[in-house]
Amino acid sequence: MTFWLLLTVNSITFGGLLFLLAAGFSLIFGLMRIPNLTHGSLFMLGAYFGATFVGGMLGLYFNFWVAALIAAVMVALFGAVIERFLLRQLPGQPLAQVLVTLGIAFMIADFCLMVWGGDPINVATPSGLTGFIRLGPLVFPYYRLAVIAIAVAVALGLWLLLDRTRLGAMIRAGVDDPDMARVVGIRVSQLFTIVFSLGAGLAAFAGIIGAPILSVYPGLDFQMLPLALVVVILGGSGSLLGSFIGSLIIGVIYNFGQALLPELSYFVLFLPMLLVLIFRPQGLFGRFVP
Amino acid sequence: MSAARKRPAGLSGRAVAYAIALAALATVPYWMPGEYYINVSSQILFYAVFALGLNVLVGYAGLVSLGHAGLLGIAAYATGYMLESGYGHPLAIVAALVIGVASMALYAVLSLRATGIGFIMITLALGEIIWGLCYRWISITNGDNGINLHGRPHPFGFAINTATSFYYTTLVVFLLAMAAVTVFVRSPLGAALMGTRDQPRRMNALGYHVWAIRFWACMFSGLLTAVSGVMFVYYTQFISPQAVDLTASAEVLLMVISGGAGTLLGPVVGAALVVVVKSVVSGFIERWNMLLGAIFVAIVILMPEGLVPGTVRLWRLAWRRLNAQRGAKAEAKP
Amino acid sequence: MSALTVSSLSKAFGGLRVTNDVNLDVQPGERRLIIGPNGAGKTTLFNLITGELTPDSGSIALFGDDITRVPSRRRPHMGMARTYQIITLFPHDTIVHNVSLALLGLLKLRWNPLIDLKRLSHVTDDARAALDRVGLAHLAERPLAQTSYGERRRVEIAMALAQSPKLLLLDEPFAGLSIDERRDVHQLLLGIPRDVTMVMIEHNMDVALEFAERITLLHFGEVIVEGTRAEVVADPRTREVYLGH
Repeated sequence: MTFWLLLTVNSITFGGLLFLLAAGFSLIFGLMRIPNLTHGSLFMLGAYFGATFVGGMLGLYFNFWVAALIAAVMVALFGAVIERFLLRQLPGQPLAQVLVTLGIAFMIADFCLMVWGGDPINVATPSGLTGFIRLGPLVFPYYRLAVIAIAVAVALGLWLLLDRTRLGAMIRAGVDDPDMARVVGIRVSQLFTIVFSLGAGLAAFAGIIGAPILSVYPGLDFQMLPLALVVVILGGSGSLLGSFIGSLIIGVIYNFGQALLPELSYFVLFLPMLLVLIFRPQGLFGRFVP
Repeated sequence: MSAARKRPAGLSGRAVAYAIALAALATVPYWMPGEYYINVSSQILFYAVFALGLNVLVGYAGLVSLGHAGLLGIAAYATGYMLESGYGHPLAIVAALVIGVASMALYAVLSLRATGIGFIMITLALGEIIWGLCYRWISITNGDNGINLHGRPHPFGFAINTATSFYYTTLVVFLLAMAAVTVFVRSPLGAALMGTRDQPRRMNALGYHVWAIRFWACMFSGLLTAVSGVMFVYYTQFISPQAVDLTASAEVLLMVISGGAGTLLGPVVGAALVVVVKSVVSGFIERWNMLLGAIFVAIVILMPEGLVPGTVRLWRLAWRRLNAQRGAKAEAKP
Repeated sequence: MSALTVSSLSKAFGGLRVTNDVNLDVQPGERRLIIGPNGAGKTTLFNLITGELTPDSGSIALFGDDITRVPSRRRPHMGMARTYQIITLFPHDTIVHNVSLALLGLLKLRWNPLIDLKRLSHVTDDARAALDRVGLAHLAERPLAQTSYGERRRVEIAMALAQSPKLLLLDEPFAGLSIDERRDVHQLLLGIPRDVTMVMIEHNMDVALEFAERITLLHFGEVIVEGTRAEVVADPRTREVYLGH
């Protein structure tokens, strides 16, 4: 019984982490119509940066949360550079843009290997959240519950951004109909930079938040990327609710699949994505068909 | 006044270039500085077959597959598994090709539900599923430990265990593959395939069965990929999930795109580029992966048609400029 | 037997009825003109006839055969050819290759992966003949990228004629042409023999009216007026649709 409960909590935690990763991917895909193949790399980069700040850099030791924020901002800026100077060279060519994101992923992977080496880096759980909470016979790690709370908070924040702010309205317009949005006077290319940057920052934030659980190691990028892809396809492109629900579903499938059907776990993970692409390509809550 | 140049009857510049290239390829073991480089040449050739296979889809069908390493892996694993189970080389090879092509049929049926970005995403997922099966289905694939091969086949009774003998085997396979692709590209089916790449809606309105044309292109691609998979596993004598992951699929795509998708020589040049950077340049530059990524990004942005067409274009431009200058100089002479 | 019979054809997108209970009866050899203001659903009607769109209800018959369920790729094999409003040709190829592709579409040869297409002289000869009919034989080897808009319009028509259709659907064949080019295309269309039934969508009234024997006026997806040229021109509803009163 305890096993199943723990598995469930871990699934929801992982789902929360996936949401932080996938939300950015979904926004980028929704607005720019490209699957950002650099997304996993940005996740990993954020994790490495965050780990470095937490672990001490130049004698300075940063608080975990401060480190997470700094890492997120750094990667967000990097994302803006990528969009502004590389992707914008290929307007209206989604295929070429996807290829560029693939090339950049390779470069980031090697950069990380160069700077941080091949050994996994463990990041300590932030102080104050170490330890467990007891509910009868059950024991839940604080940090895992904290991750869930953070994911919910970010979800709410994003929802407020999209639903209540002018920027959010422009983003939603761009997702629904980019041509029309241009006609109405929305500076869509500027929006692209903002959204790509925001997505990158979210991915990086997810990376460092996940680091105490997953650690940071080479290969993390291409492990997380397909998961973001599956979540967004399942949940639906450009839909925040879709990303949220999709993350939960995939989190559950991933963890339960590993536990129950280890030999077929990858198959089980991608099966919903395949089924969706074949039978309902816009996903559960999607705004358009990829 | 420039004198008209007389060309030797019957010999075009292109034919001469091909003859020289063929002669060079046929004599590689004699002028390559050592066994290591002969092996690199073998690698270039079977990766070229792999790239030619992917190019049938990327270049001629307009369908970018990000899971092709999975298909290579299936043929490679099938060979290894058959050999391990005690079957002889001929049966193992035949089984690998059959299973490889059959897998491609399934791969095609699933991924041809979409085109464009949708196709990329489905094939990425399929490649990941194949990788996951290779990694986890330990009873068949031995998981992360991979399968070891012991020895190579004896085509027509010849042993091909040395670098030179294996190189010549690979060369023969490569030339056959080049011939097959050349014939295909010039055929009505090849023209129809390129038509579906450029104007699928129009092709449908002209009476073509667009899905079926793409499916058969996939099968041809699958055959070439399976062949390269067999060559790969016999070369390395080993297959593990690492050869099947997303990075491997991205690398072969890089070969096609950098060389020039939709051309005959592009995939070959691309294969040479990637293999040389991985095998040779990596000895001098530690960050060759970053170099590969940078080259890829540069080509996609600056020379999107690829190295082969791009170089030809620049060459022609330079030639024209040179002739114009010469012409101007000649006119300027009193 | 009619060349083309459309019965109670309807199609809706979401709540919008783009084709509303349309009936059409075109006799063999007829020259039918379909007119209507922008958004009247004319191209949608063509897309339904060629099968690119599936109707919600109603039926379509081609020379007596019910083709409502026939996939769009089979209809050219049954004698239907179509040109597009927006030119959709093959940009990387020569003109003669464009027309050759049209010819090949109806041949079993199109599945052959072994012969060299360039050696199939009967295909290229027929392609050149089709180009000759539209006055472009001298440009056969010209890459499409180096042709003018007017020439491309004629290539479109050559491709349609190359398939020896019994029913030819022309979607705004005069769009974007200069006065001289229009005259050329008009002559071309006049020269098409009566064993080809022609249905044309057009906005350009002067040339189109000369061409038409019978006219169907569409508005909001419905047939408003139908009859001979004289009848439709004189009908007060025609004025209403175009001028709003």
